[in-house]
Amino acid sequence: MSKFKKKKSGDLPAISTASLPDIVFMLLFFFMVATVMRDSTLMVKNTLPAADQVQKLDKKDRVMYIYAGKPSQRYQEKFGTQPKIQLNDKFATVQDVGAFVLAERAAKRQELQNVLTTSLKVDGDTKMGLISDIKQELRKVNALKINYTTRTGDYTQNLD
Amino acid sequence: MARRSAPEVNAGSMADIAFLLLIFFLVTTTIETDSGLNRKLPPMEDIIDPPIIKERNIFTVVVNKNNDLLVEEKPMQIDELREAAVTFLDNGGGKGEDACSFCQGERDPNSSDNPEKAVISLKNDRETDYKVYIAVQNELVAAYNILRNREFARLNPNLGMSFVEADRKYSDPRTSLSQKESLKPKLSEVKALFPQKLSEAEPSKSN
Repeated sequence: MSKFKKKKSGDLPAISTASLPDIVFMLLFFFMVATVMRDSTLMVKNTLPAADQVQKLDKKDRVMYIYAGKPSQRYQEKFGTQPKIQLNDKFATVQDVGAFVLAERAAKRQELQNVLTTSLKVDGDTKMGLISDIKQELRKVNALKINYTTRTGDYTQNLD
Repeated sequence: MARRSAPEVNAGSMADIAFLLLIFFLVTTTIETDSGLNRKLPPMEDIIDPPIIKERNIFTVVVNKNNDLLVEEKPMQIDELREAAVTFLDNGGGKGEDACSFCQGERDPNSSDNPEKAVISLKNDRETDYKVYIAVQNELVAAYNILRNREFARLNPNLGMSFVEADRKYSDPRTSLSQKESLKPKLSEVKALFPQKLSEAEPSKSN
């Protein structure tokens, strides 16, 4: 009888978890490489309007961002509720836009300086007056390629 | 001296540490890219001699401070704008050398001569909401895209792609160079048929 005893040992062998760290590390490295950290903290409300005829904004190295909208809740006490422009990490006025674009352009590589796109990330509830002022400033410094960055969605979402 | 063998380090928690890092990077990752409506601003220099454009070749769209739409001096709902713009661009009312061979419109003599000459003029108020402005822009771009898709399908019936898809493929960095080379003339051909002539006037000040 003892001949058969070995085969009948009922419990399953434990699954080896020795390779688990390897798998997790592999995933970890993938995400570490793929991560792009958010470069500026948003200080304005930024609900982008929806549009469906959009084009992708690839090649992040040739894009500069201009944010605009109402200051978010915790800045409202200090800066009020009127829509403001945010450049990098601080609030700015319309007059600062030109200098910002020139500084951003100077920081890019030579061959990219003429192909830069300005991405306007503007809150949907902002009035067009502010945006027109930004566009005038951009024209002054010859930054003519712009992109109205939007969410992808039907335009009727904008009309409530 | 007693030779003690070094105690083995317990690696059981390695997976936990790795998981922690993994979750951190998972949360901070933004893989998706931004998208939006591309526009080109006019250069600053003053045009000394502005070209004369006939009234019938201009499609005026005005958005007032209450976000109401006035198209060709008539009030309009935004969901009719796309169709109105398509009708205007595709009209092809020109005669003689202005005639449009590929237009399928009504050839109304009081509307645009041909897509080459047709200009959409967009004017908004300083008090207009940005989201409404984007909706209008979106509809006007959609009108151009509808017509470009149609012509693209007519000129390249075997490609199995619409203009918008082809354009997306062209600007995708993963597309091979040879494919881009073959797409480029096709895209610019259609773009030449329906050039995007969207003029924006300085916004009016409301009192």
